[in-house]
Amino acid sequence: MSAAAWAQLAFLIVLLAIAIPRLGGYMAKVYGDGSAPGDRLFLPVERAIYRWCRVDPEREQRWTVYAFSVLAFSVVGLLLLYAMQRLQTVLPFNPTHAPRVGEALSFNTATSFVTNTNWQSYSPESTLSNFTQMVGLTVQNFVSAAAGMAVMAALIRGLARRRSDTVGNFWVDLTRTTLRILIPIAFVGALVYVCAGVVQNLHGFDVVKTLEGRSQVIPGGPSASQEAIKMLGTNGGGFFNVNSAHPLSNPNGFSDLFGLFFILLIPVSLTYTYGKMVGEQRQGWVLLAVMVVIWALVVGLTTMFELNGNPKLTAAGANQATTTSQPGGNLEGKDVRFGTPASAAWCASTTGTSNGSVNSMHDSYTPLGGMMCMIHMKLGEISPGGVGVGLNGMLVLALLAVFIAGLMVGRTPEYLGKKIQATEVKLVVLYILAMPVAVLIGTAVAIVTPSVLNGSVSNPGPHGFSEVLYAFTSAGNNNGSAFAGITANTQFMNIALGIAMLIGRYFLIIPTLALAGALARKDKVPASAGTFPTDTPLFAGLLFGVIVVVAGLTFFPALALGPIVEQLGI
Amino acid sequence: MTMTPTPTLPPGETKAERVRASTSMFDPTIMRRAVGDSFVKLNPRHLMRNPVMFVVEVGSVLTTVLFFTDLSSASTSENVFAALVAAFLWFTVLFANFAEAVAEGRGKAQADTLRKTRSETMANRRRADGALEEVPGTQLDLGDEVVVVAGEVIPSDGDVVEGIASIDESAITGESAPVIREAGGDRSAVTGGTRVLSDRIVVRITARPGETFIDRMIALVEGSERQKTPNEIALNILLAGLTIIFLLATVSLQPFSIYANAEQSVVVLVALLVCLIPTTIGGLLSAIGIAGMDRLVRRNVLAMSGRAVEAAGDVNTLLLDKTGTITFGARQAAEFRPAPGVSEQDLADAALLSSLADETPEGRSILELAEQRYGLAPREVPGADLVAFTAQTRMSGLDYEGHSIRKGAADSVRRWVEEHGGTVPIELMDEVDAISGLGGTPLVVASRNGAAAKALGVIYLKDTVKPGMKERFDELRKMGIRTVMVTGDNPITARVIAAEAGVDDFIAEATPEEKMAYIKKEQAGSRLVAMTGDGTNDAPALAQADVGVAMNTGTQAAKEAGNMVDLDSDPTKLIDIVEIGKQLLITRGSLTTFSIANDVAKYFAIVPAMFLTVFPQLDRINIMNLSTPRSAILSAVIFNALIIVLLIPLALRGVKFVPSGAAQLLRRNILIYGVGGIIAPFIGIKLIDMLVTALGVK
Repeated sequence: MSAAAWAQLAFLIVLLAIAIPRLGGYMAKVYGDGSAPGDRLFLPVERAIYRWCRVDPEREQRWTVYAFSVLAFSVVGLLLLYAMQRLQTVLPFNPTHAPRVGEALSFNTATSFVTNTNWQSYSPESTLSNFTQMVGLTVQNFVSAAAGMAVMAALIRGLARRRSDTVGNFWVDLTRTTLRILIPIAFVGALVYVCAGVVQNLHGFDVVKTLEGRSQVIPGGPSASQEAIKMLGTNGGGFFNVNSAHPLSNPNGFSDLFGLFFILLIPVSLTYTYGKMVGEQRQGWVLLAVMVVIWALVVGLTTMFELNGNPKLTAAGANQATTTSQPGGNLEGKDVRFGTPASAAWCASTTGTSNGSVNSMHDSYTPLGGMMCMIHMKLGEISPGGVGVGLNGMLVLALLAVFIAGLMVGRTPEYLGKKIQATEVKLVVLYILAMPVAVLIGTAVAIVTPSVLNGSVSNPGPHGFSEVLYAFTSAGNNNGSAFAGITANTQFMNIALGIAMLIGRYFLIIPTLALAGALARKDKVPASAGTFPTDTPLFAGLLFGVIVVVAGLTFFPALALGPIVEQLGI
Repeated sequence: MTMTPTPTLPPGETKAERVRASTSMFDPTIMRRAVGDSFVKLNPRHLMRNPVMFVVEVGSVLTTVLFFTDLSSASTSENVFAALVAAFLWFTVLFANFAEAVAEGRGKAQADTLRKTRSETMANRRRADGALEEVPGTQLDLGDEVVVVAGEVIPSDGDVVEGIASIDESAITGESAPVIREAGGDRSAVTGGTRVLSDRIVVRITARPGETFIDRMIALVEGSERQKTPNEIALNILLAGLTIIFLLATVSLQPFSIYANAEQSVVVLVALLVCLIPTTIGGLLSAIGIAGMDRLVRRNVLAMSGRAVEAAGDVNTLLLDKTGTITFGARQAAEFRPAPGVSEQDLADAALLSSLADETPEGRSILELAEQRYGLAPREVPGADLVAFTAQTRMSGLDYEGHSIRKGAADSVRRWVEEHGGTVPIELMDEVDAISGLGGTPLVVASRNGAAAKALGVIYLKDTVKPGMKERFDELRKMGIRTVMVTGDNPITARVIAAEAGVDDFIAEATPEEKMAYIKKEQAGSRLVAMTGDGTNDAPALAQADVGVAMNTGTQAAKEAGNMVDLDSDPTKLIDIVEIGKQLLITRGSLTTFSIANDVAKYFAIVPAMFLTVFPQLDRINIMNLSTPRSAILSAVIFNALIIVLLIPLALRGVKFVPSGAAQLLRRNILIYGVGGIIAPFIGIKLIDMLVTALGVK
């Protein structure tokens, strides 16, 4: 890796280190009961919203009501987004005259944005109108992210409270998250993006004459504003088809680094929020440490595999080393503006956060490099994971680790003083089961379906398998990144991936909220020397081991038949 | 509350262990029976309770059927392979059944003996008119009164309502020394199946037929009413969840294989599935639970539910009675402190004489001290009148040849001295106060020789903490358990003993109500409390405590309120019970971790083997270098079955428990069972593969 690449990484880490306690502490206040900064500005707006929506902000909800609210909100969002795509020809702001979107694709896209997956089976600039993008997708970019964070707030309250029936009010959490966290930060982010040279207008296509005298179509539109929330809310749905590899979306090294920072900003800061809310900062640091270690490992390994380049080219005598005149490594599908390390870092960050935006084509990675990105999703999107839901996943896995190993200290396992008993284990198991169901069953069905074999998969053999596996991994984990190479806009894939996204979202959210409810009802056992310590490096190591072993055992055969076989076969 | 003093034993060892250690888990008769039971337990209805082993059984049936249906069409080597896989899958189930059967074996043998006692007993029931009728012991009901004379067996549980008798309780406790039971008070309870050695008693029956102590004991040791404990249920859910995940991984593998043109045989898929699901812990889980209960029984503790044993591991606070648990039953003379002008030797001599009539442990300890430290042997004093202690005088002593010696409470003796024209020096009274201040009991000794009475000095009686208790409390503290001393002493005395014994807290001048309040306070803070008790007035607290250990010498009410009964009536055993509870949980956790960690190696054995024909390059992840695909799969299956057998002794004995903090325990166990669990199967599978290959399986 070049010095510039190291410097970029170091700069990213310093930026995050500065931001974590500040943003984390602020978010803890947003979800707390007391006053929060900016009350004078935000409170009146919130009150107006509550009044208008007839929400009593003082009334807390049981987990069942909370879950019902989340689901109701999602269903309404889903229907609206579906209708908007089907009716975009008659709705305003359609400068490119994008046609009516098909049923399966509308379902897929609506599901994708409501579940915070932002998988795109379509090419946005040619399929969707500006209205659909702004009023439909961009709104969901905010509220689907906010819904995930709200669920997290409920789970943390479950852990922090004792003998409580309620876990908060979804409508309040949703409003405050959107208003006080996402909108202000995204606003600043959009300005930064505009300064960096990202497009922000309401134009359609501009046709220009190039120096060579040929004509070129340049798409316009509100790119910078969508770019900011796309990163911040770990959405990842691009304004342009090639996503953050598009020069009007991610024009230079600075915007690239800023994008990485924005992807990771909220997920990592939430660990601090968590520590603050449960009153034990070390608990948050431990989770952050595990996230960072996994993330760093994936960044490191992906970079390594990619810098090693293509073994066939090496065998043919091609020089793939990094020099001042060439970026080095396996450059296929990577933008020379970013080079291999920055592409690999993006790949690792986007797959670890359920963001799913790409600045390079993962399909073109070396098999093992691509596998790292796939594994990063298969770990359950927890390093650091999508906004809110990533921390949920980490906490659920922490509960699992506590239960497996906790018995080894000779007591009923406890996490933060909450006993982990049959009910909790049942919910943890349900949570952990959902994603493999979506990924493995989805892939298994797809890989023997004729329409997929003949229509969607263009590469034969293990690589084609990897493409399908990647698609369902991405959908089942609500990531949204694509291995490309696969034709996803088919009836079967749109519906199958849509279902995978729904499972990956709601079959995780419901057990999470049930856990929040079960934990909130419990009392806290005071800590003693006999208590299983969950704020030590030892526990971090244990948690890391459990995460890797559980995902490894679930997906090893599938990975062996895809990327591993492919790499060994080169 | 009364507490029977028990002989001191070294910590960690109990009487019961010495008495009963003779019946080993691996006794040949037990083993033989267990082998038979392993087959009986193949009944799917029994295995259904254990999801993991049930899946293995279904897999065994499936592979066996496939072996027979494909017998004619398949090649010899294919048949050998299928037969071996099927056989070892059956062995996996049988080994798990065997583990459970062995764990149950000792209890069953013990239950048979107990059952004999119960069925043979005849009772002399006293009718309303006073006449006696002979009925079988099993027909007695609540409120019946039976007469039992020397040599007879008490037919059922009850309270002595008339008479006093010495009773041999060895049938239940294994302790051969007889105990005294008498009407009224806290020592009236008798247990069915025990034998009256002397005298005659009338017993009012307090147990319904079929619900006697022996009945419950039979049910317990036999495990017939064994219900899954909370942690066991939670663990079972996790194991079922893991089984589903691996079922998913295996089932989805077939379409993946078809895509790769490497369709797998069902035998191989079943083999993979069984290797992946947590069979090790699934197979040993119930054996661990039964063995945990059995470890308590070996220590002569009967737990009325497995839940209580588990709760013992979770206990945060131990309420320990001072007397008999922390200190020796009685106060002992520690020092003679003479009054000014009196020699220590004279005081010791007077103290000795005054205690000749004192049969209490305190009195005897004075004789001992005088003999040990001053070389004064107890001697006959001819013509002496021994003055016994009475509640009125609160003094004891003797009169001879015009001499009088008195020993007793400071104010009583002082009054006696003053009545007889003497005075007690102020220094002596200061000494008395000083001893009281230290929590000791001062006994003043005075004498009168015709003339005025004279105070000779003070005997310092103090509670002596049993040796080794402080260390045990330190251990408990390391384990995060607070010890609370419960005593009827005043706060000053209590504080001194508490400091000496090293307990964390104490309840002085404890009444049953206060004890109850303390338990409730602890529980309100979400702490689990364990206590021992024996009196009827302990019953509410025993019922309230999360772990209530009733002494077998205690009343029927106490025994019913607690969730454990200690047949040895040794309150110190509470600490052992906590350790056994912890050990049970640790064993489960360790084997779960081991079981899951094992899977890593199995994947590396099986997955390359499955696809080697289509993707020869996968041989590079055959890191164990297993010889052929079939030998690799077979070795993994064999390892999976054998590891259950190899771990049976560990499951039954329990993982070694070193009292220490949670962090240390965790580090140690993760290293052994987590890291060890990853490494061990790589070695094991490789060795089996070498053996299988040498035997010619290809």
